[in-house]
Amino acid sequence: MSQSTLTDLASQIAAGDIHIVDLTHTLDPDFPVIILPPEFGQCARFRMEEISAYDHRGPAWKWHNITLSEHTGTHFDAPSHWISGRDVPNNSVDEIAPEMFVGPVCVIDCSVDAAKDDDFELTPEVIQDWETKHGKIPKGAWVLMRTDWSKKSGAAYLNMREDGPHSPGPTPDGIRFLIDKREIRGFGTETIGTDAGQGSHYTPPYPAHYFLHGAGKYGLQCLANLDQLPPTGAILMAAPLKIRNGTGSPLRVLAMVSGENA
Amino acid sequence: MSTALTPPPRKNPQKRTVSPTRPPETRSRAAMGLSAAAAEGRFALQCCSECDRVQYPPRDACCNCLSTELPWKNISPNGTILAETTVQTSTKLYFRERAPWRTGSVKLDAGPTLICHLHGDCERNGRVKMINRLDRSGQGVLLAMPQERSPNMEDDPQLRAMTSDPKHRRVLITDARNPNSPTLAKAIVEAGASMVFIGEGESWRPYPEQKELAAIDKVEILPLDVTDTLSVQRLAGEIGGKTDILINNARFVRPGGVLARGDTGFARDEMEVNYLGLMRLAQAFGPGMCSRTSDGVNSAVAWVNILSVHALSNAPDYGCFSASNAAARSLSQSMRAEFRSSGLRVMNVYCGPTDDDWHQPLPPPKVLLSALARSVVQGLKDGLEETYCGDVAKDLYERFRQNPNVLEREMTMGGDGA
Amino acid sequence: MTRASKRIRQSYDGAVLVAPFSTPYQRYSIDTAHWWIAKALRGSLDAAGLKPTEIDGFTVSSFTLFPDTAVGLTQHLGLCPRWLDHIPMGGASGVVAMRRAARAVQTGDADIVACVSGDTNHIDSFRQMLSSFSRFASDASYPYGYGGPNANFALLTDRYMQEYGATREDFGRICVAQRDNALKNPNAVMKKPLSLDDYMNARPISDPIALFDCVMPCAGSEAFLVMSEEEAVKRNLPFARISGAIERHNAHPEDPIQLRGGWTMDIDELYDTAQCTPDQIDLLQTYDDYPVISIMQIEDLGFCPKGDAAQFVRDHDLTIEGDFPHNTSGGQLSAGQAGAAGGFIGLVEAIRQVTGKAGPTQVKDAKRAMASGFGMINYDRGVCSAAAIIQAGDP
Repeated sequence: MSQSTLTDLASQIAAGDIHIVDLTHTLDPDFPVIILPPEFGQCARFRMEEISAYDHRGPAWKWHNITLSEHTGTHFDAPSHWISGRDVPNNSVDEIAPEMFVGPVCVIDCSVDAAKDDDFELTPEVIQDWETKHGKIPKGAWVLMRTDWSKKSGAAYLNMREDGPHSPGPTPDGIRFLIDKREIRGFGTETIGTDAGQGSHYTPPYPAHYFLHGAGKYGLQCLANLDQLPPTGAILMAAPLKIRNGTGSPLRVLAMVSGENA
Repeated sequence: MSTALTPPPRKNPQKRTVSPTRPPETRSRAAMGLSAAAAEGRFALQCCSECDRVQYPPRDACCNCLSTELPWKNISPNGTILAETTVQTSTKLYFRERAPWRTGSVKLDAGPTLICHLHGDCERNGRVKMINRLDRSGQGVLLAMPQERSPNMEDDPQLRAMTSDPKHRRVLITDARNPNSPTLAKAIVEAGASMVFIGEGESWRPYPEQKELAAIDKVEILPLDVTDTLSVQRLAGEIGGKTDILINNARFVRPGGVLARGDTGFARDEMEVNYLGLMRLAQAFGPGMCSRTSDGVNSAVAWVNILSVHALSNAPDYGCFSASNAAARSLSQSMRAEFRSSGLRVMNVYCGPTDDDWHQPLPPPKVLLSALARSVVQGLKDGLEETYCGDVAKDLYERFRQNPNVLEREMTMGGDGA
Repeated sequence: MTRASKRIRQSYDGAVLVAPFSTPYQRYSIDTAHWWIAKALRGSLDAAGLKPTEIDGFTVSSFTLFPDTAVGLTQHLGLCPRWLDHIPMGGASGVVAMRRAARAVQTGDADIVACVSGDTNHIDSFRQMLSSFSRFASDASYPYGYGGPNANFALLTDRYMQEYGATREDFGRICVAQRDNALKNPNAVMKKPLSLDDYMNARPISDPIALFDCVMPCAGSEAFLVMSEEEAVKRNLPFARISGAIERHNAHPEDPIQLRGGWTMDIDELYDTAQCTPDQIDLLQTYDDYPVISIMQIEDLGFCPKGDAAQFVRDHDLTIEGDFPHNTSGGQLSAGQAGAAGGFIGLVEAIRQVTGKAGPTQVKDAKRAMASGFGMINYDRGVCSAAAIIQAGDP
């Protein structure tokens, strides 16, 4: 890559020919997190405590202490997050090579179907149908499942019922297709996890987590603004915090989108 | 009979809120025994362990035999009014503002003569039943009551000045998700509260009590998560100025002690809810409530914490949870000290195992939700600071009083070793 | 009261009372108790022609001297006594101080004892004094709205009225007569005439007590000297002899409410010692913080049977010119209550009366007077009582 490519990129961003799309939700104490049976350990909610605010606790400055889980808000899942990925090399966020955080992205738009069916499944057929329109998913791409779920909030977002949450996600075959046949870099969703709300009832349970991380792939969840991305052609930047042995991290997910797609 | 208390009119926004004043607080160490009994609603006096002479005022030595063993015992509360006066003016601002104030002299059947407050329904020179209540300085005072119940007797202004009666008051229950919230809310409404606010955390997560709560008249569900400082501050900003009674029923409970848990995850959650949650509520709601303790019929009056009785002595099966409750109990003492100058009362309701999911593996008896609600309401009506709900809690407290070190061994010893 | 063995107590012969002095009272004062005590001591010493260094005994009573006691006052006032006492008995302190000083003079422990009491009254100092009056008061009466003894005496008055059929008018008669007397005393704080109507229609304070049942707290001081009769004669000072004196504390604890004082235990002994009967008393100075207490004293000191004092005050004229001169200076009810000086006011006036030095309040031919003290509402009743009969030095 020549220096001029980067210079071009910078000037195109400055000129607005390349848009930067923010795919991140605001970290908010009331943003839903994954709910597990209560006897299990739970994901910490985002919390913010004032240290000082130009007052007796610190006269000229304001700052906060924040607490949250690796898996709170818009976040990144590393392979070590799941038992299937525990022996994968470089499986924690601090070990992942930085070039893995930037790459091309394909967006499979399932929003129409997800609007009709909370439990809409991403199957190999749906993926192949998308490929017939937009071309084969290139090796090493991020694949994002657009459902417009990020436009929901509160109870509708988690969509918890007596039998657990209901939200769209990939079937075991669907995720395996992406991993085995397309050798993707990682998979991302707008919902609270990479798996469907009812993902625990698949074999294996939580297939996206199980297969992605077992194959050394990454997950992104709680993404927003996927409707602002083109099906192909954008570049995703998703760099987690460098947490020693971290299994994931909240992060700011950005996409570069060229003007003709915007 | 007492005149029924009428609901207060809406507050005139142009009128300055009356600053709290309080009755005299100074007491000798001996007299604190009366306050300690009043905190639990007991009428107790010193009784000489050698000659059985009942003493009053509290002494350091028996006025009959000079024995210095003067334990506090529950005494028959019956007596006869000897004389009475209605104080029309006083050097003490608290009484001056509340004059006329009826007081008298009662000859207790058990012996001593008591100067006491007289309930308005007491007949002149009549037979009375003494009760021991905390006044707004948090000290025990004696109040003569008619022996028979009279209509609206709880509305007597002198009695109401000592209690935390929910009637016509606005009550905040902090955790809608606690299974006890619907029963508690209904009991508070039945006790005459004009409004019950219920705090609901994580509204994105459904819970079974929601519908039941929403159906109760006078209940308003508002967002509140005691683990979230901003949320607590936001709600205090909204309703802090009209919260007369705050009932903190927020609780995080998981079984397990230190080794059983193996990590600090749940312990942190327990501290976040049970201890820091209380602190956040106190910091957000406390100052506003303290400033409104003389604000008429619906003045701010009490703060209620629902705690595990294992705050007193650890139950190792719920060892970490017990510890968080011990922390909350200790914090409640700090709150009491800090609220005291305003007259805002802190009542701790101690429960044994409650009839809920987290205590499902435990054998009975368990505290029924209705029993807990009754304890809270009765405690408020009696103006208590400490009350024990259910047989397990009462039993444990009794053993705690007798010997906390023996109790610890009773609680922590397993079966016979090898 | 009869006792199994009755000792004849030693008389107070040889010790006499001289140089009564009352510092004119003030409603409020910016000065301290030390200042007021110094004023009275100086006044009494001047009357006797003595310098401070010439007294070798000193007793003081005061509520507002804190943190000082009689000890601090010796250095403060430049006194060097060989005999020192501090008597915290409020309304009983005058008679008690007199008894002790007289014994000291009789035994030779001291030659000249100055008995002084005084208190200041700052704005709000009365309220503060009340709140720390006694442990039982702060534990068991102050928290009930008893801003001072008003409500306590209201209870006693209520019970007394129920028990003996006394009416408010009866108490009013005492107050009205004393106001008449006070109008003759230029130093009295109350200067306006008081009618029975005024009394009956006064602002209620703590039912059945109304404004004119209550004393006016003020600043003031009182003093007299005790010395040997030879010393008084040598110095050419008019003096009074002590015919008898009693004191008693915490009497009748079994009474559920106070309708009698400790005098009842010792009054026979007092008359025996003084070798006189009630009808031989020319004037009576009762401790009158509330009229019910004067009523009680009239009974307990033997002027009428228990329960008859109401009728007694209806039947007698209690003014200076009357057939039963009572509280001739106006008493505390009209002259004001200067703290512990209230325990001296009656005795100091009695000394003036029997020595013929009472001026405008002088009772004609007053030769024998009784002064009574009552003090310290520790909880529900006055604990200390005392009384003395004194006589003119040259009968």
